[in-house]
Amino acid sequence: MTPTIVKNFFGKRATRMYPVTKREGFDHARGELFVDMKECNLCSLCARACPAQCITVDRTTGKWECDPFSCVYCGVCVDVCSRNCLKQHPEYRSPATEKFLMHEQGEVKKKPKKEAGDSAQPTSSQ
Amino acid sequence: MARTIVPFGPQHPVLPEPIHLTLTVEDEIVTEAVPALGYVHRGLESLADIRDHVQMIQVVERVCGICSALHAMCYTQGLEQMMGVEIPRRAEYLRTIWAELHRMHSHLLWLGLYADAFGFESLFMQFWRIRERVMDINEATAGNRVIISVNVIGGVRRDIDAEQCKWILSELDDIEKQIRELQSTMLNDYTVKKRTVGVGVITKEQAIDLGAAGPVLRASGVAQDMRSLGYAAYDDMGFEPIVETDGDCYARGVVRFRETLQAIDILRKAIAGLPEGEINVKVRGRPKGEVVSRVEQPRGECFYYIKGDGTKNLDRLRIRTPTFANVPPLTAMLPGMELADVPVIILSIDPCISCTER
Repeated sequence: MTPTIVKNFFGKRATRMYPVTKREGFDHARGELFVDMKECNLCSLCARACPAQCITVDRTTGKWECDPFSCVYCGVCVDVCSRNCLKQHPEYRSPATEKFLMHEQGEVKKKPKKEAGDSAQPTSSQ
Repeated sequence: MARTIVPFGPQHPVLPEPIHLTLTVEDEIVTEAVPALGYVHRGLESLADIRDHVQMIQVVERVCGICSALHAMCYTQGLEQMMGVEIPRRAEYLRTIWAELHRMHSHLLWLGLYADAFGFESLFMQFWRIRERVMDINEATAGNRVIISVNVIGGVRRDIDAEQCKWILSELDDIEKQIRELQSTMLNDYTVKKRTVGVGVITKEQAIDLGAAGPVLRASGVAQDMRSLGYAAYDDMGFEPIVETDGDCYARGVVRFRETLQAIDILRKAIAGLPEGEINVKVRGRPKGEVVSRVEQPRGECFYYIKGDGTKNLDRLRIRTPTFANVPPLTAMLPGMELADVPVIILSIDPCISCTER
């Protein structure tokens, strides 16, 4: 024990002054979640796969919401995303005094209207 | 001297998690100990009704904060068996690596808490400093520090490349050196021995009768370790369970200390033998049937019963954790001991109450 104690006196510190000095995140660490709404097609796969159910996607209004305080940082949404628009930065989310929701607005792509004759045909044949 | 009842816990400086013990004391000697559980019950098993069988991986990981990867491993292993999935060998090796990293950081956490329980604060800090490096390895390889979320049905989600393997090996060399520096203090120090030798003895027969598990059982001389079943890549690891015969707190400390060093050896073997290939296979279909899955957690045998009825939600999920098995032996260890030794004895079973109550 004595050599360890002596080493501790003269060696490098094991701790750091956290909010002032931060350790750099590892390359593939699962930190804060970000979404690139330009790429997102509001497919809702992330919302369905999320085990914490912290993501909600509204396809009619184009709203993408995430509750970062319910998020468990498992990265399942990133894996299932069909457009690769979800990303986790290696840094952790900084602490907050108040809870908030992440709001993102996406573009609602309207489906091309089907021609009146196409949809009417099967019903009219019956 | 009249009998006195001393309530111990659920809030007590020595307890990392809440458990209550009603201690009957005569002249500072414990005559009876009655445990009470139920402070951190979260109903995770019944969440299987709401979350589908894939989302349940993240739920079972949260049964225990310390051995999360092993819970997920036990669960996915069971489902793979049920659905008849053969996972790639590389995935099995990777699971073994993460399982042993978890065993290491869990044992280092326990060694620290144990040192704190008998009042050796600086030893506690030393162990936790080493533990931090193990968790750094977890974060660099899997993405998160503790709840690493790498297991999926059909394999693992993350791979470890050659460069990372090299870095892990160099870190392990350093970690082993640091642990060995603390070996003489942990195992030979006069004060440590004074507090632990002959304290909380449980004989081999008692341990078997009361159904002890893990290091508690092995410290009493029973060589039972679920890793001998050869799940994941343990069949290639040439692994021998670590056994002590005294059955006291000291023996339990020795078993865990030696297992930490053994985990380093297994890690080296696993990294050296890591085969090339895929890390997961695509799994289709829904679980149908029933299965029992067992793995060795740092605290002992973990048992999963999974029943699927062909829908996406499981019909039944039953988890039996090692601390649950170790509570009856704890009540047999306490009578006849001094009240001052109670914290050390309770810590010596490595209680994980969140596991027990789920």
